[in-house]
Amino acid sequence: MKKALISVTGLDTTGIIARVAMKLYELNINILDITQTILGGYFTMMMVVDLDGAEKSFEEINLELEPVREELKMSIHMQRMDIFDAMHRI
Amino acid sequence: MIEKREILQTMHMIQQENFDIRTITLGINLLDCSDRDANRCAERVYEKICRTARDLVKTGEEIETELGIPIVNKRISVTPISLICQDDPRPIALALDRAAAEVGVNFLGGYSALMHKGATLADERLLASIPEVLSETKFLCSSVNVASTRAGINMNAVKEMGEIIKRTAELTADQDGLGCAKLVVFANAVEDNPFMAGAFCGVGEPECAINVGVSGPGVVKVALEHVKGMPFDVVAETIKRTAFKITRVGQLVAKEASKRMNIPFGIVDLSLAPTPARGDSVAHILTEMGLLNAGAPGTTAALALLNDAVKKGGIMASNHVGGLSGAFIPVSEDIGMIEAVSAGALTLEKLEAMTCVCSVGLDMIAIPGDTSAATISGIIADEAAIGMINNKTTAVRLIPAVGKKAGDLVEFGGLLGRAPVMSVNTQDNSEFIARGGRIPAPVHSMRN
Repeated sequence: MKKALISVTGLDTTGIIARVAMKLYELNINILDITQTILGGYFTMMMVVDLDGAEKSFEEINLELEPVREELKMSIHMQRMDIFDAMHRI
Repeated sequence: MIEKREILQTMHMIQQENFDIRTITLGINLLDCSDRDANRCAERVYEKICRTARDLVKTGEEIETELGIPIVNKRISVTPISLICQDDPRPIALALDRAAAEVGVNFLGGYSALMHKGATLADERLLASIPEVLSETKFLCSSVNVASTRAGINMNAVKEMGEIIKRTAELTADQDGLGCAKLVVFANAVEDNPFMAGAFCGVGEPECAINVGVSGPGVVKVALEHVKGMPFDVVAETIKRTAFKITRVGQLVAKEASKRMNIPFGIVDLSLAPTPARGDSVAHILTEMGLLNAGAPGTTAALALLNDAVKKGGIMASNHVGGLSGAFIPVSEDIGMIEAVSAGALTLEKLEAMTCVCSVGLDMIAIPGDTSAATISGIIADEAAIGMINNKTTAVRLIPAVGKKAGDLVEFGGLLGRAPVMSVNTQDNSEFIARGGRIPAPVHSMRN
Protein backbone atom coordinates (compact mmCIF):
# COMPACT_ATOMS: atom_id res chain seq x y z
CA MET A 1 0.00 0.00 0.00
CA LYS A 2 1.38 3.42 -0.98
CA LYS A 3 0.55 5.63 1.98
CA ALA A 4 0.98 9.37 2.36
CA LEU A 5 0.51 11.91 5.11
CA ILE A 6 -1.45 15.04 4.36
CA SER A 7 -0.98 17.77 6.94
CA VAL A 8 -3.26 20.78 6.94
CA THR A 9 -2.48 23.83 9.09
CA GLY A 10 -3.82 27.38 9.28
CA LEU A 11 -6.55 29.58 10.77
CA ASP A 12 -9.69 27.63 11.67
CA THR A 13 -12.78 28.07 9.54
CA THR A 14 -15.80 25.97 8.57
CA GLY A 15 -15.61 23.21 6.01
CA ILE A 16 -11.88 22.48 6.05
CA ILE A 17 -12.21 18.73 6.47
CA ALA A 18 -15.16 18.65 4.06
CA ARG A 19 -13.25 20.52 1.35
CA VAL A 20 -10.10 18.42 1.64
CA ALA A 21 -12.05 15.15 1.89
CA MET A 22 -14.14 16.04 -1.16
CA LYS A 23 -11.03 16.62 -3.24
CA LEU A 24 -9.57 13.31 -2.07
CA TYR A 25 -12.82 11.59 -2.97
CA GLU A 26 -12.65 13.07 -6.46
CA LEU A 27 -9.13 11.69 -6.81
CA ASN A 28 -10.20 8.26 -5.50
CA ILE A 29 -7.89 8.54 -2.50
CA ASN A 30 -9.03 6.61 0.58
CA ILE A 31 -8.60 8.20 4.02
CA LEU A 32 -7.15 5.73 6.54
CA ASP A 33 -6.80 7.91 9.62
CA ILE A 34 -7.50 11.48 10.72
CA THR A 35 -6.36 13.39 13.79
CA GLN A 36 -7.28 17.00 14.25
CA THR A 37 -6.89 19.66 16.96
CA ILE A 38 -7.48 23.38 17.36
CA LEU A 39 -5.05 25.38 19.47
CA GLY A 40 -5.72 29.11 19.93
CA GLY A 41 -7.79 29.29 16.74
CA TYR A 42 -5.10 27.43 14.84
CA PHE A 43 -6.27 24.34 12.98
CA THR A 44 -3.97 21.32 12.65
CA MET A 45 -4.98 18.14 10.89
CA MET A 46 -3.04 15.07 9.91
CA MET A 47 -4.54 12.57 7.49
CA VAL A 48 -3.05 9.26 6.54
CA VAL A 49 -4.26 8.34 3.06
CA ASP A 50 -3.90 5.43 0.66
CA LEU A 51 -2.75 6.47 -2.82
CA ASP A 52 -3.14 3.01 -4.40
CA GLY A 53 -6.56 3.73 -5.90
CA ALA A 54 -5.56 7.09 -7.37
CA GLU A 55 -4.94 7.23 -11.09
CA LYS A 56 -2.85 10.38 -10.91
CA SER A 57 0.82 10.54 -9.96
CA PHE A 58 2.09 11.97 -6.69
CA GLU A 59 3.06 15.20 -8.39
CA GLU A 60 -0.30 15.54 -10.14
CA ILE A 61 -2.19 14.96 -6.88
CA ASN A 62 -0.07 17.63 -5.26
CA LEU A 63 -1.05 20.03 -8.06
CA GLU A 64 -4.74 19.10 -7.65
CA LEU A 65 -4.49 20.20 -4.02
CA GLU A 66 -3.32 23.68 -5.06
CA PRO A 67 -6.84 25.19 -5.56
CA VAL A 68 -7.86 23.81 -2.15
CA ARG A 69 -4.83 25.48 -0.58
CA GLU A 70 -5.73 28.78 -2.17
CA GLU A 71 -9.42 28.58 -1.37
CA LEU A 72 -8.88 27.69 2.31
CA LYS A 73 -5.74 29.86 2.63
CA MET A 74 -4.13 26.99 4.50
CA SER A 75 -0.87 25.14 4.25
CA ILE A 76 -1.52 21.67 2.86
CA HIS A 77 1.46 19.40 2.67
CA MET A 78 1.60 15.87 1.32
CA GLN A 79 4.51 13.49 1.85
CA ARG A 80 4.96 9.75 1.62
CA MET A 81 4.70 7.85 4.90
CA ASP A 82 7.98 6.08 4.14
CA ILE A 83 9.98 8.92 5.70
CA PHE A 84 8.23 8.44 9.06
CA ASP A 85 8.53 4.66 8.88
CA ALA A 86 12.23 4.93 8.08
CA MET A 87 12.88 7.29 10.96
CA HIS A 88 10.75 5.71 13.69
CA ARG A 89 10.47 1.99 12.90
CA ILE A 90 13.20 -0.60 12.62
CA MET B 1 0.87 2.69 12.80
CA ILE B 2 3.11 5.68 13.28
CA GLU B 3 2.11 7.81 16.25
CA LYS B 4 1.17 11.46 15.97
CA ARG B 5 4.09 12.61 18.14
CA GLU B 6 6.51 10.76 15.84
CA ILE B 7 5.07 12.47 12.77
CA LEU B 8 5.31 15.83 14.52
CA GLN B 9 8.88 15.15 15.56
CA THR B 10 9.95 14.43 11.98
CA MET B 11 8.11 17.48 10.66
CA HIS B 12 9.64 19.64 13.36
CA MET B 13 13.14 18.41 12.50
CA ILE B 14 12.65 19.36 8.85
CA GLN B 15 10.76 22.63 9.30
CA GLN B 16 12.36 24.09 12.45
CA GLU B 17 15.71 22.35 12.92
CA ASN B 18 17.14 22.51 9.39
CA PHE B 19 17.23 18.75 8.89
CA ASP B 20 18.00 18.05 5.25
CA ILE B 21 19.78 15.68 2.94
CA ARG B 22 22.88 17.66 2.12
CA THR B 23 23.76 15.94 -1.12
CA ILE B 24 23.05 13.17 -3.57
CA THR B 25 26.37 12.69 -5.31
CA LEU B 26 26.60 10.51 -8.38
CA GLY B 27 30.03 8.92 -8.69
CA ILE B 28 30.96 8.31 -12.33
CA ASN B 29 33.95 6.24 -13.36
CA LEU B 30 35.74 7.89 -16.30
CA LEU B 31 38.54 5.37 -16.81
CA ASP B 32 36.98 4.25 -20.10
CA CYS B 33 37.19 7.83 -21.43
CA SER B 34 40.97 7.74 -21.27
CA ASP B 35 42.82 8.99 -24.34
CA ARG B 36 46.27 10.33 -25.22
CA ASP B 37 44.69 13.35 -26.79
CA ALA B 38 43.07 15.71 -24.28
CA ASN B 39 40.47 17.02 -26.73
CA ARG B 40 39.23 13.54 -27.64
CA CYS B 41 39.24 12.58 -23.96
CA ALA B 42 37.25 15.74 -23.18
CA GLU B 43 34.59 14.81 -25.73
CA ARG B 44 34.15 11.34 -24.25
CA VAL B 45 34.05 12.72 -20.71
CA TYR B 46 31.37 15.25 -21.63
CA GLU B 47 29.25 12.64 -23.39
CA LYS B 48 29.50 10.09 -20.57
CA ILE B 49 28.65 12.54 -17.81
CA CYS B 50 25.67 13.99 -19.69
CA ARG B 51 24.39 10.50 -20.45
CA THR B 52 24.85 9.02 -16.97
CA ALA B 53 23.70 12.04 -14.95
CA ARG B 54 20.86 13.07 -17.26
CA ASP B 55 18.15 12.33 -14.68
CA LEU B 56 20.08 13.13 -11.49
CA VAL B 57 18.61 16.56 -10.73
CA LYS B 58 15.08 15.61 -11.78
CA THR B 59 15.18 12.43 -9.66
CA GLY B 60 16.50 14.37 -6.67
CA GLU B 61 13.69 16.90 -7.00
CA GLU B 62 11.03 14.18 -7.26
CA ILE B 63 12.26 12.45 -4.11
CA GLU B 64 12.42 15.81 -2.35
CA THR B 65 8.76 16.49 -3.15
CA GLU B 66 7.46 13.03 -2.32
CA LEU B 67 9.27 12.58 0.97
CA GLY B 68 8.93 16.22 1.96
CA ILE B 69 12.58 16.67 2.85
CA PRO B 70 14.93 19.16 1.17
CA ILE B 71 17.77 17.63 -0.83
CA VAL B 72 20.02 20.64 -0.95
CA ASN B 73 22.61 19.62 -3.51
CA LYS B 74 22.83 17.28 -6.47
CA ARG B 75 26.43 16.70 -7.42
CA ILE B 76 28.81 14.56 -9.42
CA SER B 77 32.17 13.04 -8.56
CA VAL B 78 34.43 11.59 -11.23
CA THR B 79 37.63 9.56 -11.52
CA PRO B 80 40.71 11.68 -10.72
CA ILE B 81 41.42 13.37 -14.03
CA SER B 82 45.18 12.78 -13.83
CA LEU B 83 44.41 9.06 -14.27
CA ILE B 84 42.66 9.43 -17.60
CA CYS B 85 44.91 11.76 -19.59
CA GLN B 86 48.66 12.35 -19.85
CA ASP B 87 48.15 15.41 -22.02
CA ASP B 88 47.55 18.98 -20.81
CA PRO B 89 44.21 18.43 -18.98
CA ARG B 90 42.74 21.92 -19.47
CA PRO B 91 40.32 20.94 -22.28
CA ILE B 92 38.97 18.22 -19.97
CA ALA B 93 38.46 20.76 -17.19
CA LEU B 94 36.37 22.92 -19.48
CA ALA B 95 34.39 19.88 -20.68
CA LEU B 96 33.66 18.88 -17.06
CA ASP B 97 32.43 22.38 -16.28
CA ARG B 98 30.19 22.37 -19.36
CA ALA B 99 28.82 18.92 -18.48
CA ALA B 100 28.02 20.07 -14.92
CA ALA B 101 26.12 23.06 -16.31
CA GLU B 102 24.31 20.87 -18.83
CA VAL B 103 22.97 18.38 -16.26
CA GLY B 104 22.28 21.13 -13.70
CA VAL B 105 24.44 20.04 -10.75
CA ASN B 106 25.98 22.72 -8.55
CA PHE B 107 29.45 21.15 -8.16
CA LEU B 108 31.50 18.48 -9.89
CA GLY B 109 34.49 17.03 -8.04
CA GLY B 110 37.41 15.04 -9.34
CA TYR B 111 39.84 17.46 -10.91
CA SER B 112 42.23 15.52 -8.77
CA ALA B 113 45.56 13.78 -8.46
CA LEU B 114 46.58 10.99 -6.11
CA MET B 115 50.25 11.50 -5.42
CA HIS B 116 50.83 10.35 -1.84
CA LYS B 117 53.86 8.35 -2.91
CA GLY B 118 54.97 10.26 -5.95
CA ALA B 119 53.86 12.12 -9.06
CA THR B 120 53.30 10.93 -12.61
CA LEU B 121 53.76 13.27 -15.53
CA ALA B 122 49.97 13.57 -15.67
CA ASP B 123 49.83 14.48 -11.96
CA GLU B 124 52.39 17.24 -12.52
CA ARG B 125 50.48 18.63 -15.49
CA LEU B 126 47.21 18.59 -13.58
CA LEU B 127 48.76 20.32 -10.56
CA ALA B 128 50.28 23.05 -12.72
CA SER B 129 46.87 23.74 -14.29
CA ILE B 130 44.86 23.97 -11.03
CA PRO B 131 45.11 27.75 -10.35
CA GLU B 132 44.10 28.68 -13.88
CA VAL B 133 41.38 26.02 -14.10
CA LEU B 134 39.77 27.02 -10.80
CA SER B 135 39.73 30.65 -11.85
CA GLU B 136 38.16 29.86 -15.23
CA THR B 137 35.55 27.26 -14.28
CA LYS B 138 32.44 27.63 -12.18
CA PHE B 139 31.44 24.17 -10.97
CA LEU B 140 34.69 22.26 -10.88
CA CYS B 141 36.30 21.17 -7.59
CA SER B 142 39.84 19.96 -7.21
CA SER B 143 41.62 17.78 -4.67
CA VAL B 144 45.12 16.40 -4.28
CA ASN B 145 46.08 13.52 -2.01
CA VAL B 146 49.59 14.14 -0.69
CA ALA B 147 49.87 11.55 2.08
CA SER B 148 48.60 8.23 3.34
CA THR B 149 49.22 5.96 6.30
CA ARG B 150 50.54 3.28 3.93
CA ALA B 151 52.79 5.53 1.83
CA GLY B 152 53.89 8.35 4.14
CA ILE B 153 53.93 12.02 3.17
CA ASN B 154 55.04 13.21 -0.26
CA MET B 155 56.82 16.39 0.82
CA ASN B 156 57.47 17.45 -2.79
CA ALA B 157 53.72 17.57 -3.33
CA VAL B 158 53.24 19.36 0.01
CA LYS B 159 55.72 22.02 -1.11
CA GLU B 160 54.02 22.42 -4.47
CA MET B 161 50.54 22.67 -2.97
CA GLY B 162 51.58 25.65 -0.83
CA GLU B 163 52.54 27.49 -4.01
CA ILE B 164 49.42 26.35 -5.89
CA ILE B 165 47.11 27.56 -3.14
CA LYS B 166 48.84 30.96 -3.19
CA ARG B 167 48.58 31.19 -6.98
CA THR B 168 44.91 30.12 -6.98
CA ALA B 169 44.12 32.81 -4.41
CA GLU B 170 45.87 35.44 -6.52
CA LEU B 171 44.00 34.46 -9.69
CA THR B 172 40.65 34.65 -7.88
CA ALA B 173 41.55 37.65 -5.70
CA ASP B 174 38.57 39.64 -7.01
CA GLN B 175 36.29 37.01 -5.41
CA ASP B 176 38.18 36.91 -2.08
CA GLY B 177 40.14 33.84 -3.21
CA LEU B 178 37.06 31.75 -4.04
CA GLY B 179 39.17 29.36 -6.14
CA CYS B 180 40.79 28.07 -2.94
CA ALA B 181 37.36 27.14 -1.55
CA LYS B 182 37.22 24.59 -4.37
CA LEU B 183 40.64 23.07 -3.64
CA VAL B 184 41.38 20.47 -0.94
CA VAL B 185 44.70 18.90 0.04
CA PHE B 186 44.16 15.45 1.56
CA ALA B 187 45.89 12.79 3.56
CA ASN B 188 44.17 9.39 3.31
CA ALA B 189 41.56 10.68 0.86
CA VAL B 190 38.50 8.42 0.58
CA GLU B 191 37.15 7.07 -2.70
CA ASP B 192 33.42 7.47 -2.08
CA ASN B 193 33.14 10.88 -0.40
CA PRO B 194 29.96 12.66 -1.53
CA PHE B 195 30.94 16.04 -0.04
CA MET B 196 32.65 18.85 -1.90
CA ALA B 197 35.18 20.13 -2.55
CA GLY B 198 36.97 16.83 -1.93
CA ALA B 199 34.69 14.37 -3.73
CA PHE B 200 36.13 12.12 -6.41
CA CYS B 201 35.24 8.65 -7.68
CA GLY B 202 38.07 6.32 -6.65
CA VAL B 203 39.59 3.63 -8.86
CA GLY B 204 38.02 0.87 -6.75
CA GLU B 205 34.53 2.25 -7.36
CA PRO B 206 32.01 0.65 -9.75
CA GLU B 207 30.97 2.12 -13.09
CA CYS B 208 28.73 4.54 -11.21
CA ALA B 209 27.21 4.79 -7.73
CA ILE B 210 24.80 6.89 -5.70
CA ASN B 211 26.39 8.29 -2.55
CA VAL B 212 24.35 10.34 -0.12
CA GLY B 213 25.50 12.83 2.51
CA VAL B 214 23.09 13.58 5.35
CA SER B 215 23.15 16.56 7.62
CA GLY B 216 21.36 17.89 10.64
CA PRO B 217 23.58 19.56 13.26
CA GLY B 218 20.50 21.62 14.22
CA VAL B 219 18.58 18.45 15.09
CA VAL B 220 21.38 17.20 17.35
CA LYS B 221 21.64 20.61 19.03
CA VAL B 222 17.91 20.73 19.78
CA ALA B 223 17.98 17.15 21.11
CA LEU B 224 20.74 18.18 23.52
CA GLU B 225 18.70 21.15 24.74
CA HIS B 226 16.41 18.59 26.39
CA VAL B 227 19.23 17.04 28.45
CA LYS B 228 20.78 20.20 29.88
CA GLY B 229 23.09 19.55 32.84
CA MET B 230 22.93 15.77 32.52
CA PRO B 231 26.07 13.60 32.49
CA PHE B 232 27.95 12.79 29.30
CA ASP B 233 26.56 9.24 29.19
CA VAL B 234 23.17 10.82 28.51
CA VAL B 235 24.64 13.28 26.01
CA ALA B 236 26.27 10.47 24.01
CA GLU B 237 23.10 8.37 24.06
CA THR B 238 20.99 11.33 22.90
CA ILE B 239 23.34 12.03 19.98
CA LYS B 240 23.36 8.33 19.00
CA ARG B 241 19.57 8.15 18.89
CA THR B 242 19.33 11.33 16.84
CA ALA B 243 22.07 10.25 14.42
CA PHE B 244 20.23 6.96 13.90
CA LYS B 245 17.03 8.74 12.86
CA ILE B 246 18.83 11.17 10.56
CA THR B 247 20.79 8.40 8.87
CA ARG B 248 17.70 6.24 8.31
CA VAL B 249 16.28 9.03 6.15
CA GLY B 250 19.60 9.28 4.28
CA GLN B 251 19.43 5.56 3.60
CA LEU B 252 15.84 5.87 2.37
CA VAL B 253 16.76 8.69 -0.03
CA ALA B 254 19.82 6.79 -1.29
CA LYS B 255 17.76 3.66 -1.96
CA GLU B 256 15.03 5.63 -3.73
CA ALA B 257 17.53 7.46 -5.94
CA SER B 258 19.33 4.22 -6.71
CA LYS B 259 16.08 2.46 -7.67
CA ARG B 260 14.77 5.29 -9.84
CA MET B 261 18.02 5.88 -11.71
CA ASN B 262 18.91 2.20 -11.88
CA ILE B 263 22.34 3.00 -10.50
CA PRO B 264 23.79 1.00 -7.57
CA PHE B 265 23.65 2.47 -4.08
CA GLY B 266 27.15 3.22 -2.83
CA ILE B 267 27.21 4.61 0.68
CA VAL B 268 25.61 6.99 3.13
CA ASP B 269 28.07 9.49 4.60
CA LEU B 270 27.12 10.21 8.22
CA SER B 271 28.85 13.56 8.43
CA LEU B 272 27.19 16.37 10.31
CA ALA B 273 27.68 19.19 7.83
CA PRO B 274 26.90 22.74 8.94
CA THR B 275 25.77 25.71 6.87
CA PRO B 276 26.15 29.39 7.71
CA ALA B 277 22.44 29.50 8.67
CA ARG B 278 21.57 29.93 12.34
CA GLY B 279 20.37 26.63 13.79
CA ASP B 280 22.59 24.59 11.47
CA SER B 281 25.90 24.75 13.32
CA VAL B 282 28.23 22.01 14.61
CA ALA B 283 29.94 24.56 16.87
CA HIS B 284 26.61 25.20 18.60
CA ILE B 285 26.36 21.50 19.49
CA LEU B 286 29.65 21.95 21.34
CA THR B 287 28.44 25.10 23.11
CA GLU B 288 25.21 23.28 24.02
CA MET B 289 27.40 20.83 25.95
CA GLY B 290 28.43 23.72 28.20
CA LEU B 291 31.19 25.67 26.46
CA LEU B 292 30.87 29.43 26.01
CA ASN B 293 32.39 29.19 22.53
CA ALA B 294 33.96 26.53 20.34
CA GLY B 295 37.65 26.70 21.23
CA ALA B 296 37.17 26.85 25.01
CA PRO B 297 39.11 24.19 26.98
CA GLY B 298 37.07 21.00 26.64
CA THR B 299 36.27 21.58 22.96
CA THR B 300 38.40 18.69 21.68
CA ALA B 301 36.77 16.29 24.15
CA ALA B 302 33.30 17.52 23.23
CA LEU B 303 34.03 17.06 19.54
CA ALA B 304 35.48 13.57 20.12
CA LEU B 305 32.29 12.53 21.90
CA LEU B 306 30.10 14.03 19.18
CA ASN B 307 32.03 12.42 16.35
CA ASP B 308 32.00 8.99 17.96
CA ALA B 309 28.33 9.07 18.96
CA VAL B 310 27.27 10.15 15.46
CA LYS B 311 29.10 7.12 14.02
CA LYS B 312 27.69 4.69 16.58
CA GLY B 313 24.15 5.87 15.94
CA GLY B 314 24.49 6.15 12.19
CA ILE B 315 26.28 2.90 11.51
CA MET B 316 23.25 0.84 12.56
CA ALA B 317 20.94 2.82 10.31
CA SER B 318 22.52 2.17 6.92
CA ASN B 319 23.64 -0.96 5.04
CA HIS B 320 26.77 0.79 3.84
CA VAL B 321 28.37 3.66 5.66
CA GLY B 322 31.31 5.37 4.00
CA GLY B 323 32.75 8.65 2.83
CA LEU B 324 34.12 10.83 5.57
CA SER B 325 31.45 10.10 8.20
CA GLY B 326 32.15 12.36 11.13
CA ALA B 327 31.58 15.97 12.11
CA PHE B 328 32.77 18.74 9.81
CA ILE B 329 34.26 21.87 11.34
CA PRO B 330 34.60 24.35 8.48
CA VAL B 331 35.01 27.88 9.79
CA SER B 332 33.30 30.01 7.14
CA GLU B 333 30.37 27.59 6.73
CA ASP B 334 29.37 27.47 10.40
CA ILE B 335 27.88 30.46 12.23
CA GLY B 336 29.12 29.16 15.59
CA MET B 337 32.67 28.80 14.32
CA ILE B 338 32.56 32.31 12.83
CA GLU B 339 31.35 33.67 16.18
CA ALA B 340 34.11 31.77 18.03
CA VAL B 341 36.84 33.15 15.78
CA SER B 342 35.41 36.68 15.99
CA ALA B 343 35.33 36.42 19.80
CA GLY B 344 39.00 35.39 19.85
CA ALA B 345 38.08 31.99 21.33
CA LEU B 346 39.28 29.84 18.47
CA THR B 347 42.77 29.74 17.00
CA LEU B 348 44.29 27.82 14.12
CA GLU B 349 46.24 25.69 16.61
CA LYS B 350 43.07 24.71 18.48
CA LEU B 351 41.42 23.83 15.18
CA GLU B 352 44.41 21.62 14.41
CA ALA B 353 43.89 19.79 17.69
CA MET B 354 40.19 19.38 16.89
CA THR B 355 41.03 17.76 13.56
CA CYS B 356 42.68 14.88 15.46
CA VAL B 357 39.26 13.69 16.62
CA CYS B 358 36.88 14.47 13.79
CA SER B 359 36.54 14.46 10.05
CA VAL B 360 38.07 16.20 8.27
CA GLY B 361 40.58 18.96 8.81
CA LEU B 362 41.46 22.63 8.61
CA ASP B 363 38.51 23.58 6.49
CA MET B 364 37.41 26.86 4.90
CA ILE B 365 39.81 28.98 6.90
CA ALA B 366 40.74 32.42 5.58
CA ILE B 367 44.36 33.39 6.32
CA PRO B 368 46.24 36.65 5.67
CA GLY B 369 47.03 37.19 1.99
CA ASP B 370 50.73 37.70 2.68
CA THR B 371 51.15 34.22 4.26
CA SER B 372 54.11 32.56 2.53
CA ALA B 373 53.79 29.41 0.43
CA ALA B 374 56.20 27.68 2.83
CA THR B 375 53.97 28.50 5.80
CA ILE B 376 50.95 27.05 3.98
CA SER B 377 52.99 23.95 3.11
CA GLY B 378 54.00 23.64 6.76
CA ILE B 379 50.35 23.70 7.83
CA ILE B 380 49.57 21.04 5.21
CA ALA B 381 52.47 18.87 6.42
CA ASP B 382 51.29 19.07 10.04
CA GLU B 383 47.74 18.15 9.09
CA ALA B 384 48.96 15.31 6.84
CA ALA B 385 51.07 14.00 9.73
CA ILE B 386 47.96 13.85 11.94
CA GLY B 387 46.14 11.88 9.25
CA MET B 388 49.05 9.56 8.53
CA ILE B 389 49.79 8.67 12.14
CA ASN B 390 46.15 8.36 13.24
CA ASN B 391 45.08 6.36 10.21
CA LYS B 392 42.34 8.85 9.34
CA THR B 393 41.46 11.32 6.64
CA THR B 394 42.66 14.86 7.17
CA ALA B 395 42.42 17.76 4.79
CA VAL B 396 43.43 21.37 4.37
CA ARG B 397 41.30 23.97 2.64
CA LEU B 398 42.91 27.33 3.33
CA ILE B 399 42.02 30.57 1.60
CA PRO B 400 44.73 33.21 1.53
CA ALA B 401 42.72 36.45 1.37
CA VAL B 402 44.74 38.66 -0.95
CA GLY B 403 45.27 42.17 0.46
CA LYS B 404 43.66 41.30 3.80
CA LYS B 405 45.08 40.81 7.27
CA ALA B 406 43.99 38.99 10.43
CA GLY B 407 40.61 40.24 11.67
CA ASP B 408 39.32 41.36 8.25
CA LEU B 409 36.25 39.63 6.85
CA VAL B 410 35.94 37.70 3.58
CA GLU B 411 32.62 36.85 1.92
CA PHE B 412 32.09 33.83 -0.34
CA GLY B 413 28.31 33.82 -0.31
CA GLY B 414 25.82 30.93 -0.28
CA LEU B 415 26.79 27.67 1.40
CA LEU B 416 30.46 28.73 1.48
CA GLY B 417 29.64 31.55 3.89
CA ARG B 418 31.95 34.23 5.23
CA ALA B 419 35.03 34.09 7.41
CA PRO B 420 37.10 36.34 9.61
CA VAL B 421 40.76 36.13 8.50
CA MET B 422 42.65 34.10 11.14
CA SER B 423 46.19 34.85 12.20
CA VAL B 424 48.86 32.34 11.29
CA ASN B 425 52.14 31.45 13.02
CA THR B 426 54.71 32.94 10.63
CA GLN B 427 57.91 31.50 12.18
CA ASP B 428 60.23 30.74 9.29
CA ASN B 429 60.07 27.11 8.07
CA SER B 430 61.40 27.58 4.54
CA GLU B 431 64.42 25.29 5.01
CA PHE B 432 62.13 22.54 6.31
CA ILE B 433 59.83 22.76 3.30
CA ALA B 434 62.70 23.11 0.80
CA ARG B 435 64.03 19.65 1.75
CA GLY B 436 61.41 17.78 -0.29
CA GLY B 437 61.46 13.97 -0.53
CA ARG B 438 59.19 11.64 1.40
CA ILE B 439 58.43 11.25 5.07
CA PRO B 440 58.37 7.45 5.45
CA ALA B 441 55.18 5.60 6.34
CA PRO B 442 54.79 4.99 10.08
CA VAL B 443 55.60 1.62 11.58
CA HIS B 444 51.97 0.82 12.32
CA SER B 445 51.17 0.91 8.60
CA MET B 446 52.98 -2.45 8.30
CA ARG B 447 50.05 -4.58 9.27
CA ASN B 448 50.53 -7.51 6.92
